[in-house]
Parts: sequence; C-alpha cells; structure tokens
Amino acid sequence: MSDHAPALETSTGLDSRKLAIWTFIGSECLFFATLISNYLVHKQQWLTGPGPFPHEVWTDPATGKVLEPIIEIPLVTVGTALLLFSSLFIVLALYGAQKGRRGMLLGWLGATILCGLFFVGMQVYEFTHFVHKGLTLQRNMFGASFFVLTGFHGTHVTIGVIWLITMFILALRKQLPSTRSLNLEIAALYWHFVDVVWVVIFPVVYLIK
Amino acid sequence: MATTVLGHEQTLPAHGAKTGLWSWITTVDHKRIGILYGATAFFFFLLGGLEALLIRIQLAKPDNNFLSPEAYNQLFTMHGTSMIFLAIMPLSAMFFNFMIPLQIGARDVAFPRLNAFSYWVFLLGGLYLNVSWLFGAAPDAGWFGYANLTSKQFSPGLNVDFWVIGLQILGVSSLAAAVNFFTTVLNLRAPGMRLMWMPIFTWMSFITQILLLLAFPVITVALILLMFDRFFGTGFYVPAAGGDPLLWQHLFWIFGHPEVYILILPAFGIISEVLPVFSRKPLFGYAAMVFSGIFIAFLGFGVWSHHMFATGMGPIADTYFSLATMLIAIPTGVKIFNWLGTIWGGSLQYKTPLYFALGFIAMFIIGGLSGVMHASPPADLQQTDTYFIVAHFHYVMFGGSIFGLTAGAYYWWPKIFGRMLDEGLGKLHFWLMLIGFNLTFFPMHIVGLLGMPRRTYTYPAALGFDTLNLVETVGAFILMVAFLVFIYNVIKTTRGPRNAPADPWNGATLEWSIPSPPPEWNFGQTPQVHSRDPLWETKRARGGPLPEPSPGTGAGIHIPNPSYWPVVSAIGVTAIFASLMMAHKTGYWGVIVAVSILFFGLYNWLFEKGYSEFTTEH
Amino acid sequence: MHHRPAAARRPTGPVPLLLLLALALTGCGQDRYPQTALQPLSDFARIGDHIQDQTFYWALGVFILVEGALLYAIFRFRGRPDDPEPAQIHGNTTIEIIWTLIPALILAAIAVPTVKGIFETGMTPSGQLLKIEVIGHQWWWEFRYPEYNLTTANELHIPTGRTVELLQHSNDVVHSFWPPRIAGKRDVFPGRQTRLWFKADSAGLFPGQCAEFCGIQHARMAFQVRASSPEEFDAWVAHMRTLGPRPAAGAQAGDSLKTASAGGTVQGPQAPAQADTARPAADPEYAKGEQLFRAKGCIGCHSLQAVDAPHGLIGPNLANVGAREYIAAGWLKNTDENLEHWIREPQSLKKGVLMPNLGVTADEAKALRAYLRAHK
Repeated sequence: MSDHAPALETSTGLDSRKLAIWTFIGSECLFFATLISNYLVHKQQWLTGPGPFPHEVWTDPATGKVLEPIIEIPLVTVGTALLLFSSLFIVLALYGAQKGRRGMLLGWLGATILCGLFFVGMQVYEFTHFVHKGLTLQRNMFGASFFVLTGFHGTHVTIGVIWLITMFILALRKQLPSTRSLNLEIAALYWHFVDVVWVVIFPVVYLIK
Repeated sequence: MATTVLGHEQTLPAHGAKTGLWSWITTVDHKRIGILYGATAFFFFLLGGLEALLIRIQLAKPDNNFLSPEAYNQLFTMHGTSMIFLAIMPLSAMFFNFMIPLQIGARDVAFPRLNAFSYWVFLLGGLYLNVSWLFGAAPDAGWFGYANLTSKQFSPGLNVDFWVIGLQILGVSSLAAAVNFFTTVLNLRAPGMRLMWMPIFTWMSFITQILLLLAFPVITVALILLMFDRFFGTGFYVPAAGGDPLLWQHLFWIFGHPEVYILILPAFGIISEVLPVFSRKPLFGYAAMVFSGIFIAFLGFGVWSHHMFATGMGPIADTYFSLATMLIAIPTGVKIFNWLGTIWGGSLQYKTPLYFALGFIAMFIIGGLSGVMHASPPADLQQTDTYFIVAHFHYVMFGGSIFGLTAGAYYWWPKIFGRMLDEGLGKLHFWLMLIGFNLTFFPMHIVGLLGMPRRTYTYPAALGFDTLNLVETVGAFILMVAFLVFIYNVIKTTRGPRNAPADPWNGATLEWSIPSPPPEWNFGQTPQVHSRDPLWETKRARGGPLPEPSPGTGAGIHIPNPSYWPVVSAIGVTAIFASLMMAHKTGYWGVIVAVSILFFGLYNWLFEKGYSEFTTEH
Repeated sequence: MHHRPAAARRPTGPVPLLLLLALALTGCGQDRYPQTALQPLSDFARIGDHIQDQTFYWALGVFILVEGALLYAIFRFRGRPDDPEPAQIHGNTTIEIIWTLIPALILAAIAVPTVKGIFETGMTPSGQLLKIEVIGHQWWWEFRYPEYNLTTANELHIPTGRTVELLQHSNDVVHSFWPPRIAGKRDVFPGRQTRLWFKADSAGLFPGQCAEFCGIQHARMAFQVRASSPEEFDAWVAHMRTLGPRPAAGAQAGDSLKTASAGGTVQGPQAPAQADTARPAADPEYAKGEQLFRAKGCIGCHSLQAVDAPHGLIGPNLANVGAREYIAAGWLKNTDENLEHWIREPQSLKKGVLMPNLGVTADEAKALRAYLRAHK
C-alpha cells in the first residue's frame, strides 16, 4: 500500500500487487487442501475413540454415559450465511471505492466487517461450547482435526477482519480515493478466498455425515 | 526508446548510505540481496561440509568412537537439513535474485522490500536452526524427521522442536520469495520478451517458484500437525491416540519430492545457459527444454510414494508410483540429450564454467540412472534406506546441483563482482572436486548393496565395509581441499583489480549488455527484445562485439528506497515462532509481544512515508 | 591464446574404473560380505535381484552410450577462440522424437518385469506357511512362533525349503526389518501390521539390520537369521519347547508343558526356566547367577522361558541366549568376556539402550554369565 501507485506497464497487464495476491491465494489453496484432506483422513477414526463426535451419539463403554452429537447446525448456518453475504457487501464497498463514493464505501465495508466479526465471534463461542462439552484438541482425532482446520481458517478470517478495519480507517481519513481502490480490491480478493474456503469446510465438516 | 523523466518525480537523493553495514541491512536492491544470500548460503554450506567431514571421520573405520551416537545423529540430521535448506536453496536464490531481473531487462524484482524480508527471514531461520547446537540439542531425527520417532514420547528434548520451528521460519522465507519471483517473471519482462523468448535460466527458475508455492504449504501443514502433537498433546502421528505415522510420510513426501526438483531445476537452468555460450551455438531444442521442465515439475507431484516402497502399500499403489517415477525419466533424458545436442558440433571454449557444466552432465547421468534403478519396488526393497540411496541423491544434489551452481558462480562472478575468477585455480578446483566427489560417493553405491544401511553411527568390522568407507573419507577430504582452492581463488580475485568487461564470455542474454558489476539501476534504458538470445542477435546485426557500455548517471531513474521495516518484520516472524517453541514453558506473553513486533514492522512497511516501491520505466 | 585442454580432460575418468571395481566386488565372496544384497538365497530375494540386474544392465548400456557420446563431443568439438561461428542449430525434430521414444521403450522394457515382480512379491504365496511374528523394539528384535508358542529374540531361526511369512509390527517407533541375503526390507510400524515372505534355500547364519532410523542406537539394532535344514529346525523347535515355565512342585516336566500348551499364559515376573538339559546344579556360579538374576532385577525385563513368554517386556527373551552367536541385538560376539561386559556396563557398549547399568561387580557378572550361558 504505497503512497504512489504509478501505472506501470506490466507484461501481463495486471498490477503486480494483484498478481501477487492471486499467487498467494493459489498457494493457500494447497494449505487448506492439505488441512481438509487431513480432516477427511481422520474421519475414519471417529467411531473408535472417545466421544463427543459431530453427528453421532457415543456411549462410553466404561461408564455407560451417553454423549450427544456436538454440532449445532443453526448457529453455524447463520454465521456461514453472513460470511457469504459479506462477500457481496465487499463487492459493493469496492464499487463505491472505485466510483469515489465514500459513503457507499464506508457503509458496505462496515457491513462486511460486522459480518466478519460475527463469524469470528460465532467460532469463539462454538469452540468454547465444545470444550465445555468435553471436546478438546486432545480428546479424540475429530477434536484435533476439527480445531486445527477451523482454527486456522478462523485465524485467516481474523487477519482479514483486521485488514478490513485498517482499510475502513483509511477510508474514514479520506486516504482511500478511487485512484487507490486497488488496495481495497486486493483485500477483497483475500476476503473472497477466505469465504470460498469456508464454503468447502462447512459442508465437509458440518453437513456431510 | 528515449529516456523519459516523469516530471513530477524527483530524483531522490542518495538513498541512504551506499557503503557500510547499515546500507546492507536496509538494502532492497536485488543485486545486494543476491550477494547476501550467496555469502550466507556459502557459510552454511561450509558448516554443512564440516558436519560431513566429522561424519566421514567417524565412519572411516569400524566400531569407531570418535563421535558419540547422539553427536553423530545430530550431525547427519543437520548436514542434510543444512545442505538442502540453508545451502542449495539459498545458493539458487542468490542467482534468482541477481540474475532474473537482469535477464528479463528489469530494474529490480516486483517487490524489493519483500525480497529483503525473505533474505532476513532466511538468515534468522538458519541461525535459529544452528543455535540448537549451543543448547546441545541440535535436531537429531533425520532431515525428514519420521513420525513417530519425532513424537514427544520418543524425542522428549528440544531437538525436534528446533527442527520444526526452524523449518517453519524458513518456509515463510521461501514462500515470500516465490510470490515475488513468480510475479516478477510474469510482469516485469522487457517489452518484446515473450515467455518463449525468456532465457532458459529464468524459465527453470520460474517453474521452481511454482513448485515452491504448491509444495511448501503441504510441509507447513505436516509441521503444524507435528507441532500440535508435541506442544498441545494432539495425536495426529501417535498410534495410541488413533493417529498414524504413515500420515507424516505421505505429507512429507508430497512436499519432499517436488522439493528435489526445486533443488535441481535452477542448476538445469544454469547449465542450459552455460553450454550454449561456451559452445557458441544456441541451446538445442529450447521448446523441449521448457516443456520438459514443466512436465517434470507437474509429474513431480505425482510420484511421492516412491520413497515409501518398503512400507507395504500394496501392489496397486506400488505399481502406480513405480510407473510414474519411470515416466519422469523421459523428460529428464530429453534434457540430457538436448545438452549433448547443444555441444555437438559446437566450438567448445574450455573455460572453468564449461568444465563444471560438463562435469554436471557426467555426474547427473549417473545420479539419474541410479534413480531409475530405485524406481522398481522389488529392487528398491534392497536399495532403500541404504548407502545406495545416499549415493544416488548425492550424485544428483552434489554432482547435479552443486556442480551446476558452481558453474553459475564462475560464469556470473564477473557480472556480480566485476572481477574474473582465476582460470588456473578454477580448473584445479574442478579436478579436485570431480575426483574428490567420485571417490567419496561412488563407493557408496557398492557399500549400500553390500548391506550398509544409512544413518548408522558405526558399523561392525565383520561386514566388510571398512575399505570402501575409508576411501569415502579420503574423498571427502579431497573435496575439502577443492573448496579451499575456491575460497583462495575468491580471496585472490577480490584483492585484484575490478576490471571485468561487461561481456567476458560472448554471452547471449541481456545481463551481459550492462557493465560488470551493473549500476544500481541495471539498465540505463529498458531494452527492447526482438528474439531469443537477444544479445547474440544484436551482436550479429552489428557484425561484431559491442563496445563496453558506460554505466551512465542514472539521472531521472527512480530506485526503490532502502528500508529497515523488512528486517523488523523478519525479526517479528522469527520471534513468533521462537516464542511458540518456548510458550509451553514460559507462557504466551512472548507470542503476543512477537505478534506486536510483526504488526509494528508490517504496518510501518505498508505505510512508509514518501516511499515508492516501483522503479520508473525507461 | 589457444588453451589446449589437458589430455586428461575426461570428466568421467575415475568413474569407469570404479565401476569395474564394483563389478569385480559383486562377484566376491559372501564370506567377506555376509550382509550383501547381491547374493540372494531365497525366492523372494531373487525376484528383486533379477529385476535389479536387468535395470543395472540397461543403465550400464545407457551410461556407456551417453557418457561415451559426451566424451567424444568433449574431444571432437574443442574449439579455439578465433574459430568461425559453428552452425547455429536450434533443434532437430526427428532426432528429438527418436531420443524421447527410445528411453520410453527402455523404460517399458524395465516396467514389465517390474510390475510382474511387484505383484509376485506383494502377494503372499499359498501353501503351508510358517508364520512368524516380528516385533520391533528400540533397539532389539522379538520373534514369536504362534504355531509353536515360542518366543525368542535377535536370532531368527527358520527352516530352509519352507515359505516363512513374517507378520511385523513395532512396539514403539518405525523400524525396518532387513535380512539382505534372504529378502529386501519391510518397514515395521506401531499400530499396523506389515508382511514379508520368503523361502530360504541354503542353511547358514545371515546377518541383518534395522533399516529405518529409530533413535540413538539404530546402528546397533542388528539380528541374525539362522537358516537350517527342516530336520535341524524341528529339533530346535522341540528343544525350545522344553524351555517352559517351572513345573509345579511334584509334577513331571511333561505336565508343565501340557499346562502351558493348554493355553494358560503366565503374567508378571517369571520364574526361571527349567530346561531338560542337565543343569550343573553343583556349579556354585550357576546358583549364584540364578539368585542374582532375581536380586538385580533382571527378571523384571527379561523372560527366561521360550514357551508362553509374556508380551510387551522391555528386554529380549533370554531363554536360549547362551547359544546365540551374537548378543546386544545381533552385533556383539557372544563370548564370555563380552557377555560379562554387557551385563556389567551395557551403557558403555550401547549408550542409551534401555538396560541400565545395574551396579554389577565383576564377580557377580561372572556368575550371571555362567547362569545365562547355561540357557541354550
């Protein structure tokens, strides 16, 4: 995010920073693909170790205690929907930035941030709730794989939220004119990526039994 | 193309000091960063070489007690880790840094501060790995750290922690550099330089960046899972918890096999530059070289379990991986034949770079052939985990990568430093290295098939390994002398005058059109490219060699300012990982401080006042 | 100035010589190289060896041709700086196709026996297999014969002429079982079973080693495969089956074996075995050793009974340790001196081994050695 962004001729016609964020996103795809594969691999081990599990009831053979399935679909679905809408909101915010319409930019960017914050908050709540119900990192392979996968995704969302808040403050201080809208576009690309990853994680973890 | 000055741009005053330690710490100049990479990597290479010599002393005779088993296990682990991550990769990075912008006619890379950041993270990561020696806890589970030996239960000390954290730090460096060079090659080519006219070194390096981008995330995850097992009590690789050591092997080798192509492709690129220049004819089959490189890289992601033939994956998996591995031999063979086709019918100019390039071909053929021998699982069941494998990978990594990088060093030394390395000493270096190398590593083929497993701190006298091991140790010391000759050559040359011409070798590519060493802005005017081998075309059109280019004043050319925020950010990244390692002992406040340092560095980097990253055109 | 390349300008100079040396060595006696992979003595090992020979000869042929071409070019095309520019050839499609196809054909020629060999070695043969369990420990090998209810360690006794199937797993980290004369290696995992099969054709004592780095003493995790004729093997089995738990007071030796083979396993620390070989009960060293074996705590980690031996002990089974060729996991010659040294100070011989120095004096070591020596 430099002060001046001279319109350099590039061999591809794409701004180098935009090309770079796409490249980074490409690499991150492999990162999440590996984490998701790891999760899928450990799906097999769910029904052998100690519960709780996402979709299954589990009876402790030693005590006879019965553990309910731990996933609460409604809350996570709302968070997912908000995250998906936030991608739309940031597109609108970017449009506002590109057209120099600061009010539009601030409004929709603010909405994006609120959705992001809700999502992170939902994840924090969910994690805490799971731990109270006895599912920790160490408890079983589902716990370990779940927390690592969704935890790293959540970290990526958090970084995205911080990034967007920074853009918001810049916009407030009138430092995001239409000539510098590329900076927001790059943040938006990252944000869309984080959303797309969730679009894969949500069905894989929460919906598919 | 006329030189245009962008009217509203000021030519900024001297961008900080030009000399002195601070100018090196804050540099964002790709040429200086290249030299930093090279010097640092060479230091780690010597360290890795010392580790090897100690190993060879221990193995010179049976039942030796020169080294304790713990010391030996740390030494072989650090030797492998250092040579791969701290020597070969950053030596390649030295050439990516210095030569890619010059070869494509650019003033710098796409993101000069990110470039500096990559270097500082590499330096800190390398130091971090080696600081473990001071704790008496250098990594000791092998360079590929198989689970579940690396679990907390079986490796309770700090050794494996240092390894995991050190590699994660280095991964950040590699990933940042890969984004940078990928973007640079795609975006900053001089007008007229289409992809299929790029110098072949740039092409091979470009493919290497793609491999880095796709392979490093996988080992990052593998290491994260190991970190969680060791620090937070998960059981990803712990059988008793429902985990599986084999998961580590798969994840590691999905990274590990592309990694070996990361290690060799830059050398392939260098050889493909050197051979045409010193044969005075173009590279034979340029398109085949490009496409075979792409094919090797792509296929390289599909063969990883050929490292796992002894694990009993079953005949179907074994068959697939065996056939895929054999398939890779085809594009590799194509390259070797194309190199032969390049020198065939040429007018070979026997200078030192050519010696090393020819040595590369000779040694790489052997390494490639032993690789084909491993491709067959029933045979590999005897070969794997023995010195036969150690022979194979040293033939491709030393006989291949190191010979290639050395050829690059002699070839590009005048461009980088403005001085010609001594020819006589260069040839002495070559012969000592060739003889020492073969004496050290050829017998390993034999001793491996005679039953010597790898990673053993000693061996009994009764098995008949003695003589060959002694020969290998002698060879290692000859190698040491070879590198001493090189160091002497460097010192002697550096003391001499800085009088290398711009184009000492009658080169074909753009880097030879500017002074040796290049001025800070590289090209006074952005070159226009009309063909492959643009400099040969220009000289041909002119009917003879070009006059010595003048350095110019750089007036009207804007260069990115130096900056110390990359250093601060690099310290932040390292601190995050270091404090994570200590967190389960000291608490998490360290991590919070480290994250703050990183954010502070990044924030200032991104909002640096009056900073313009981009060089002006023309 | 014309630089004359040195006549010795052969970048592959030392290599052909070493290659010939290699060929010469491979023919050399297995006595000099007892652990060689190049003199297979089983059907399984021969499959891999045959394929390796084939790939080696193809590789040798390619090597001679390509390195030969390189050498030829190096001499033939050496130039002077003032030479005219050579023909600027960019490629030749026909040649490039040919030299892509020929390697492909050679690889296909290697692939066919390879795939055949993969399936042959990957499928356990049918028939009367002798199943033996191999359990890897840091840093020794446990061998169990479920068919005979026998346990031993570090020396794997097998019959020639009968297919053996090894069922392998590890007690701790990943190891690899490698008896080069008899078979290629197979990794040994905790939590999963791997298999290896072979039929040895000659008798003899063949060394092997762990081939997957497994910690500080990986280098000293060796074993021996003792292949003997079927008759000798049966005799050994019969003898080992007498090395059972101590019979109850008043019972015959035969009764105790019946009890054992009825399936009762004995848990906890073991009573010393009573073999039917005459114990020199009069030998005071033996008696002293017997007493020390308990007093020093050896009994907590080592079993002295081959029959019904407990699972999961930290130390190797010692029922026939007196007769083994090597101790300390297959590499230290089983002399009285070595055995005593091992008993007194295992850490000085194999640092990091899980057997601690137990503060055994020289005299005590003598007694323990005598006691163990009697366990054959």
